[in-house]
Amino acid sequence: MDECDTAPSKLVSEGDFVVLKRQDVFKAVQVQRRKKIIFEKQWIYLDNVIGKHYGTTFEICNGGNLQTKRTEVTTTEMKEAGSDNRNIVDDGKSQKLTRDDIEALKEKGIKGEAIVQQLIENSATFRDKTEFAQEKYIKKKKKKYEAVITILKPSTRILAMMYYAREPGKICQLRYDTLAQMLTLGNIHAGSKVIVMETCAGLVLGAVMERLGGLGSVIQMYPGGGPVRAATDSFGFPKSFYKGLYEFPLNKVESLLTGTYSCRTSFSELNPTLENDESGETQDLNRDNGEDSNSATESESVMDTNAQQQQEGVEGSCEGALSKEKAQKMEKKQLALERKRKQDEKRRKESEAAALLQDKNADGLIVASRFHPTPLLLSLLEFVAPSRPFVVYCQYQEPLLECYTKLREKGGVVNLKLSETWLRNYQVLPNRSHPKLVMSGGGGYVLHGTTVAAERAKPNTSTIEKSEEPATKKMKVEEEES
Amino acid sequence: MSFVEYKEFIEDGDTAIVFLGHDSMFPITIQNGSQTQTKYGVIRHSTDLIGKKYGSKVICSKGGWVYILYPTPELWTLNLPHRTQILYSTDISLITMMLELKPGSVVCESGTGSGSLSHAIIRTVAPTGHLYTVEFHQQRAEKAIEEFRQHKVDHLVTVKNQDVCKHGFGVTGIADAVFLDIPSPWEAIGHAKSAMKSEGGRICSFSPCIEQVQRTCLALEEHGFTEINTLEILLRVYDVRTINLQVADLGRAAEEKSSLDGTDRTKQISAVQHGSALFKSGVPPRETVGHTGYLTFATKSLF
Ligand SMILES: C[S@@+](CC[C@H](N)C(=O)[O-])C[C@H]1O[C@@H](n2cnc3c(N)ncnc32)[C@H](O)[C@@H]1O
Repeated sequence: MDECDTAPSKLVSEGDFVVLKRQDVFKAVQVQRRKKIIFEKQWIYLDNVIGKHYGTTFEICNGGNLQTKRTEVTTTEMKEAGSDNRNIVDDGKSQKLTRDDIEALKEKGIKGEAIVQQLIENSATFRDKTEFAQEKYIKKKKKKYEAVITILKPSTRILAMMYYAREPGKICQLRYDTLAQMLTLGNIHAGSKVIVMETCAGLVLGAVMERLGGLGSVIQMYPGGGPVRAATDSFGFPKSFYKGLYEFPLNKVESLLTGTYSCRTSFSELNPTLENDESGETQDLNRDNGEDSNSATESESVMDTNAQQQQEGVEGSCEGALSKEKAQKMEKKQLALERKRKQDEKRRKESEAAALLQDKNADGLIVASRFHPTPLLLSLLEFVAPSRPFVVYCQYQEPLLECYTKLREKGGVVNLKLSETWLRNYQVLPNRSHPKLVMSGGGGYVLHGTTVAAERAKPNTSTIEKSEEPATKKMKVEEEES
Repeated sequence: MSFVEYKEFIEDGDTAIVFLGHDSMFPITIQNGSQTQTKYGVIRHSTDLIGKKYGSKVICSKGGWVYILYPTPELWTLNLPHRTQILYSTDISLITMMLELKPGSVVCESGTGSGSLSHAIIRTVAPTGHLYTVEFHQQRAEKAIEEFRQHKVDHLVTVKNQDVCKHGFGVTGIADAVFLDIPSPWEAIGHAKSAMKSEGGRICSFSPCIEQVQRTCLALEEHGFTEINTLEILLRVYDVRTINLQVADLGRAAEEKSSLDGTDRTKQISAVQHGSALFKSGVPPRETVGHTGYLTFATKSLF
């Protein structure tokens, strides 16, 4: 392995994919000079982060420039909470600091953090507020006056939390702890050969690639005209990680299984429509996301839009260096040559992917899509070696019930388990610890199991499943249900 | 066999999982000339196992059969000999992601306990990362060393037999992540901090009791950790069952009833016949794990 590929460079360089963090809000962007980025309704420039360490905290100054923040003082909130709010009268007079006072503080160069502290001290009612109200108050004021941004290296943790919080529609509502289960239950690790079928903007693919660390291979099965990898690119993987990444169209799986697959004929069909298909895919995604558009500000997406377009334009690899302008200047002939080269490259990759699949010895299968899981599983499991894990995610439980049943009927799998996880956050304070008042209602369902040598299922005492319960027990269930 | 690299064929010296059906499994060490007794009869290692593919069906002497499975860390967690309480895959998954573990990560852990989490960490950080695991109970430390050797991952892990609260992890400034599963984690936070890289990293502490969590959070704050966050994750397993619900007789004519069924029949209802409805359901078990522990995560910031 290339050492410099995996050793994280500690300084931010131009072109890096980074994550901006403000309070607990994340945004993934690519660092570019003199480029306006909107984050939490504020315009900023990232020029000043270039050359700084990852993990550095900045303040937003005039004109949207970032300035290194000296010391990150953790505000030791020595809070004294009232037990109830019987003494609070909302007369608009509880805050002794006037607007002018605050402006004066700002002019004196007092930082946001100190302003918030002043606001608390000058609030007549703060002490009487319940702890919950105090928390809310501080959060609100901090958001208003503390314009502090930290630059982070992207990771599965950060990107999965970011997507789940801000654009869950784009990732089939896959909660980050559910993704965590999938990676572990799938035994995803360096050196494996993994089949991934996802419609989660490339987040699941990226998470798998992170765990492979550039060793092994991933075959991405994609619907439509081409694989979607917007979130994958946000991980900022070194170029070498993409060498082990292959893609194969779902609509050719059947021909691969029946032995009629030919890369050549199918490719010529596919290629002319490539671009149209890709935009079609994006539209789909947007439509999927419609229901969530209220959760994220419309002008502001999880990713910087320009960066996104750029990424998608370059086939998800790091070849982004080939800028548009340059391409335009190229003579037509060269362009044609370039296109030919890309076509050949794509064809070569597809036939390599086909060969990898045809070995039928993949080390795992990960499915997380908006499609019905049953047909996907029944086909794709054919490519997986015996004694390997597979994991399928679905936003809904019912399709997985069916999938479970069909897999049992077909055989060749053991240890099938259908589950979901509950995730609860806690407030921890001396004598005031309790679960947070709001929790996620659901993070989706996971069906997982282990493949075994396929054989026609013979009834055997050892593996008869309790699909039907004994009559007496069944009666009980009925009683409970009714 | 190595826990960090899949292989196709069963060999002498491997650890393997014998799968009997349902949730019934146990681990064996493959040894030329030895044999294993199951409820379906005897399995002879030299003739029945060695040279066969993992995932193969093996016929036992009484005619019943079993599957021999490759031991993933997750199967190992379900089958390992318990020397202590252990962490299970649900918590392990969240720990792995929230600590941002990946190939190349350097991780410190205490205590080693039964090595359930250790195996999962080693799998994820291999082949370029390393686990430093500290266990003050001598036999447990020795047993862990023995298991890591048997599982051919000993080059990826260092076991230290010492008290982490007194003597720390034995390394300084090299860890990307630290994990604590000990009764008094707050006493180890300082050592954890000094074990971590100067550019920062992630820490996690697992505690069953909220009082422990409170002290740990205070210690984390005192040592300048940020993003302190306490979580709890619970697994909900569903049995997939086919259930037959009777439809009450409300005195309706037969035709009326069937037309009602026909209008909005969901796919789930595979048959509605003679006053009963058959459907698939994900049924939760009557009793399930309601608590394992609280997971407190935090970040050590740059410098
Ligand atoms: C609950 S077990 C850990 C289980 C482990 N996480 C697993 O998944 O198998 C806790 C272990 O920590 C060890 N331990 C407790 N306090 C310790 C200390 N101060 N230093 C080192 N080890 C300690 C105990 O001996 C015990 O084996």
